Amino acid sequence: MIEIEGLTKAYDGHVVVDGVSLTIPRGGLTGIIGPNGAGKSTLLGLIARLLAADRGTVAVDGLNVATTPGEELSRRLSVLKQDNSIAARLTVRDLVAFGRYPHSRGRLGEADQAMIGRALSYLGLEPIADRFLDELSGGQRQRAYVAMVLAQDTDYMLFDEPLASLDIRHAVSMMHLLRDASRRFGKAVVVVLHDIDIAGNFSDRIIGMKDGRVVCHGSAGEVMTGANLTAIYDIPISAHRLDGQFVTTYALPEGAAGA
Amino acid sequence: MATRRSGPIEGLAAGLLALLALASVSLFVGVADLTPGRLLDPATREAALVALLESRLPRTAALMLAGSCLAIAGVIMQMLTRNRFVEPTTAGTTEAAGLGMLVMLLFFPGSPVVVKSLVSAGFACAGTALFLRLLRAVPPGSPLLVPLTGIMFGGIIGSLTAYIAHHHGLIQSLGAWRNGDFSVVIAGRYELLWLTLALSILAYLAADRFTIAGLGRDMSRNLGLDHGRTLAVGLVIVSLISALVVTTVGSIPFLGLVVPNLVSLAMGDNLRRSLPWMAICGAGLVLACDIAGRIIVAPYEIPAGTVFGVLGSLVFLYLLLGRPSRAA
Repeated sequence: MIEIEGLTKAYDGHVVVDGVSLTIPRGGLTGIIGPNGAGKSTLLGLIARLLAADRGTVAVDGLNVATTPGEELSRRLSVLKQDNSIAARLTVRDLVAFGRYPHSRGRLGEADQAMIGRALSYLGLEPIADRFLDELSGGQRQRAYVAMVLAQDTDYMLFDEPLASLDIRHAVSMMHLLRDASRRFGKAVVVVLHDIDIAGNFSDRIIGMKDGRVVCHGSAGEVMTGANLTAIYDIPISAHRLDGQFVTTYALPEGAAGA
Repeated sequence: MATRRSGPIEGLAAGLLALLALASVSLFVGVADLTPGRLLDPATREAALVALLESRLPRTAALMLAGSCLAIAGVIMQMLTRNRFVEPTTAGTTEAAGLGMLVMLLFFPGSPVVVKSLVSAGFACAGTALFLRLLRAVPPGSPLLVPLTGIMFGGIIGSLTAYIAHHHGLIQSLGAWRNGDFSVVIAGRYELLWLTLALSILAYLAADRFTIAGLGRDMSRNLGLDHGRTLAVGLVIVSLISALVVTTVGSIPFLGLVVPNLVSLAMGDNLRRSLPWMAICGAGLVLACDIAGRIIVAPYEIPAGTVFGVLGSLVFLYLLLGRPSRAA
């Protein structure tokens, strides 16, 4: 369980995360949605101790992330940032192998190798496992990073917009995979998402943020209402159910193609 | 961490053999008449043995030590700054080490070389730390600005050093620190350089940490690595190496840039795998440059640093212009 209590972070006097208190249970996929600048990425960074909070605490399974040794946390919680401009020239397999570093400290045992193999195959990376990252497309690289986090095999996995460089086919398969990981291995997966429909269809829980605060938090069905989404994004949005899926529509200017 | 090529050990063994062959050539090239034949002939053995033990062996060892540790220092800096164009001479490290030496020469000329080297390493460390501090002001996504900043920063320290040295008639010492010249190496005057071997081994033991640091601060933290401590350890290793090389044989500009870039092109940046190759290639390249410098204008010599300077700047230009930069 991740327990967040009164979490606040400001940059140059501008409050980005404003007194957030939340509980994220172990297991299941939690989507975080909200407009640009709502504080989603900052919240994720604070939970993953990449940023230091001005006020408030984050505890993962009772361990305060600000005071727990990084080595210990890295076996419980992993995070993938949105921007991973890696200058180092590593093969996909090397990168994924480094996901085992918290456990192996550089000495890969059989269990580590098995985990690396599983992560590679899970993301369909075997054919390109020995290629260098800088020779791959953005989408392939993104999958390699996700494989690394999977190999890290922590109970809590945080992803900041993992779909950003993926087309719809890979985006959907990535979400299937993340949800599958959360279900099958009992992991808590927390994902910052921009696509509301994807958030609605793949999340067990959704956290809606605006101006650094949590505006709504609940099951996908509870959050995915026109009223909630309109409040979060400040434009008229309606939510529908079509063939069992969430579909959101938004107001178009008159004369636009769909109007 | 994971091995992917078949027989990395065999490859390394072949590389080491080639290096040993080059080292043997280095032992028998030069002004003094030293050949395997003269070593075996009882009449000339004694003189030949003196030349071998007092001059050629120390020189060859110094070349290999300096070449390998400078390559390693270069790649560590590249990992820590996440920039392909940073090495001790493009980050002010070497110049700061020179300033440290000058200060010691002026104020404590009688102190042992070890003390001078340590103080010089302290200066190198402070200079590099200052450079890293300056880097925070460099906008991200402009990889070339980083070495340019470093070269200018080093230039400022270098000019200051030159100004002070000029006032005290020590300009000649400056030249010796800046341009690696191995003709001065004789037994008893280079042994401090063996410390770099220990530093290189230390770097190898921490190879995984440096690779992870090369993945960036956030990725390091995610993997539970103390990024700040890794940075500090790397900084100390690099500073000590730079200072030891500067005080014993003189720096070899761009070596720490050329070798890591070429090795990285061939086998990537997983230091656990590539660091031994960095050492072998660095040693081999400096050996080759020194041998060439001894042959081209025999019986005179061109310093290895100068030969490499010509070669290295050409490769540097190629790396800058010839292929798309991945450093960001």
